[in-house]
Amino acid sequence: MEVTTRTPITPYCRPPAGSQPPSLYAPYRASIKRAPSRPLIVLPDTLSEITGPLYGHEQLGEKDNDLTVQHTGEPIGERIIVCGRVLDSNRRPVPNALIEIWQANAAGRYRHANDQHPAPLDPNFSGAGRTLTDEKGGYRFITIKPGSYPWLNHSNAWRPAHIHFSVFGNAFITRLVTQMYFPGDPLLAYDPIAQSVPDEKARERMIAKFDLETTEPQWAMSFNFDIVLRGPEHTPFET
Amino acid sequence: MDLVPTPSQTVGPFFQIALTTKEHCVTCLAGPKTKGERTWITFRVLDGDGTAVDDAMLEIWQADSNGKYNHPDDRQPKALEEGWIGFGRLATGEDGSCLLETIRPGCVENDTVQAPHLTVAIFARGMLKQLYTRVYFAGDPRNDQDPILALVPSYRQDTLMAKPDSARPGHWRFDVRLQGDQETVFFDV
Repeated sequence: MEVTTRTPITPYCRPPAGSQPPSLYAPYRASIKRAPSRPLIVLPDTLSEITGPLYGHEQLGEKDNDLTVQHTGEPIGERIIVCGRVLDSNRRPVPNALIEIWQANAAGRYRHANDQHPAPLDPNFSGAGRTLTDEKGGYRFITIKPGSYPWLNHSNAWRPAHIHFSVFGNAFITRLVTQMYFPGDPLLAYDPIAQSVPDEKARERMIAKFDLETTEPQWAMSFNFDIVLRGPEHTPFET
Repeated sequence: MDLVPTPSQTVGPFFQIALTTKEHCVTCLAGPKTKGERTWITFRVLDGDGTAVDDAMLEIWQADSNGKYNHPDDRQPKALEEGWIGFGRLATGEDGSCLLETIRPGCVENDTVQAPHLTVAIFARGMLKQLYTRVYFAGDPRNDQDPILALVPSYRQDTLMAKPDSARPGHWRFDVRLQGDQETVFFDV
């Protein structure tokens, strides 16, 4: 069958070697039985890969990006701002990107039935938020600094404080789920999840930066976290 | 490429509080009146021991019954069916399974003609980055001409085929085996 109208397919860049974690990283024990043992099959981008769900029209709730006002009282802990931009690898802003976050409370406990850490839940903190990036790719959350917590991966294992991020870009293959860490956290060096990324510079991209400029006096410290999604290899229609 | 993309990290064990709450799960890709053949796919995710993965999230991306994606970059000269969403998000239950309601997709035609398929991204605790696979429909004669299936060794193509549930018309089954002899084909996209 001959097809006359076509969408030009600009392939998406592939991340440099070592900048993404492997599927199997034995120090992270849960990866051992959940990583494929056969090589992946390289798939040239088709329409199925370069399209994906788009946002921008959905009604997000007013309180969705402020995790400190979702209940009647204020949550306990250190109030912080987390803000930044979503860019593609060509430094282009990604507007209308849906960002979803979730995290433990200040005591290191998630509001989840499977979290058995003997730390208190906070009746005023759910730990989930969402927002859309603006036309410059910018976003902003207000939340509570999450606590560290123990887990069972190895003897005396503790997760560094982190906020989970889920981001949709323009294409199904630019989908990113990551974790944001805090600068100077001594647990990072011992954490197999963060250390699964071989390249040190790429690893540092997951660590937010304290930012005095967006810090609000007498109110909240701010952490800057820019997120980079895969971009097209080249931009054919640039003028 | 100018900037290095942010590394992926596992979705972890607690994503359900944000990503797959009742409000944010999308278990049906179509509106109530969307035209096409209603189709249900039961997915099941299994680890390298064949144990059910009860904490996985599946995201689905699919073209409508005409093979058209709900996206402005899709320039195929076809109309999008009314009510078509095309995106789904499901969490597996205790038995590692989840049920998707959709419409049987059409062929995506661009440089090539692709057989009807769904694209699936799999996330879970223990997975440092998502895996991508595709669901095709067993017995569809167009599979023989599909350019992506042609890249897959023939002895592994069966792992990409949803199987009809003979007891229930319109129902299909698709197992995602993360590791092992019957390992599902995953794509480097």
